[in-house]
Amino acid sequence: MEKRIILRGVLVGALAGLLAFVFARIFAEPQIQAAIDYESARDEAQAALDKAAGLPVGDEGPEIFTRAIQANVGIGVGIVLFGVAMGALFAVAYAVCLGRVGNLRPRTLSVLVAGGGFLGIYLVPFVKYPANPPSIGHGATIGVRGALYVVMMVCSVAFLVGAVVLGKRLAKRFGNWNATLLAALAFVVVTGVAMALLPSLGQLAANVRDYGPQATETPLPLRNPAGQIVYPGFPADVLWDFRFYSVAAQAIMWAAIGLLFAPLAERLLAPRAERVAAS
Amino acid sequence: MSTIPVTTAVPTPVVLPLPKAMLWLGGTVLLALAMYYFIGIDQGATSVFGDNMYIHEFVHDARHFLGFPCH
Ligand SMILES: [Zn+2]
Repeated sequence: MEKRIILRGVLVGALAGLLAFVFARIFAEPQIQAAIDYESARDEAQAALDKAAGLPVGDEGPEIFTRAIQANVGIGVGIVLFGVAMGALFAVAYAVCLGRVGNLRPRTLSVLVAGGGFLGIYLVPFVKYPANPPSIGHGATIGVRGALYVVMMVCSVAFLVGAVVLGKRLAKRFGNWNATLLAALAFVVVTGVAMALLPSLGQLAANVRDYGPQATETPLPLRNPAGQIVYPGFPADVLWDFRFYSVAAQAIMWAAIGLLFAPLAERLLAPRAERVAAS
Repeated sequence: MSTIPVTTAVPTPVVLPLPKAMLWLGGTVLLALAMYYFIGIDQGATSVFGDNMYIHEFVHDARHFLGFPCH
């Protein structure tokens, strides 16, 4: 049984990833290109400033893949494989939850587990460390940023699992509705504490040293030694669009996983339940 | 499984006996986490296959768009 569940999870994950890729190709790529254009022009402005100041001008690294490959193939492979991985994790969570979280229909459980994946793996980490387009993010902090993102993700998934266990326990005393509300409240409080304790990206030591106290790593306007702005800060509309589409793509992917898996789970599990009912 | 008493109208299907399913479930989780790592994190902070940027550069746009920290 577990093999059949996992196989179906992987298949719907691949399909969900494909949907998210189509969405990304249409909506995200123009924003990514706008961000890269911003970055190139900013680098030129920075190089001009450095040259005027007599500083060595840093050169760009070699281009391994063209933008066309990255924007059409790389993003597709990345998102589809991500969908496969999430479909597999979803299937395992589904298998573990089966029959352990109350009397849920197979398809209801499918949608709930997918919702949990969206929340725990993507949305809650996003609230603290939102997705950023190219040109936002300092090279010196990539190690810390990667670690913080993983810590936030692990916390959020662990708290979500904890909330489900807590809700199950409380259900006997307070009933399903109240137990669910209490468990959700506990999740919000504990997650909020974790978010408050983890540093904002602008507060990282390397960033405070180089840029002063800021909330994030979003590029500020570039100024010449006289303090005049020679190049603007990162365009706010591009940033908002990119983040909105990032959330939308993950919502599409997880919704597809939950909704495509639902009928498969009904067919896989319902006959068995009916047989049990008949015996 | 056929010994489960049916006391509810709502079908509650099989509980997978975890020790038996552990191999497949655990193996799947490990593989999926490895994929998560290679798509999202490898060759940013840490690098498994040497100090190059092939994976990072290839899935670069996906990495940004899926919410992972990047350059
Ligand atoms: Zn990048």
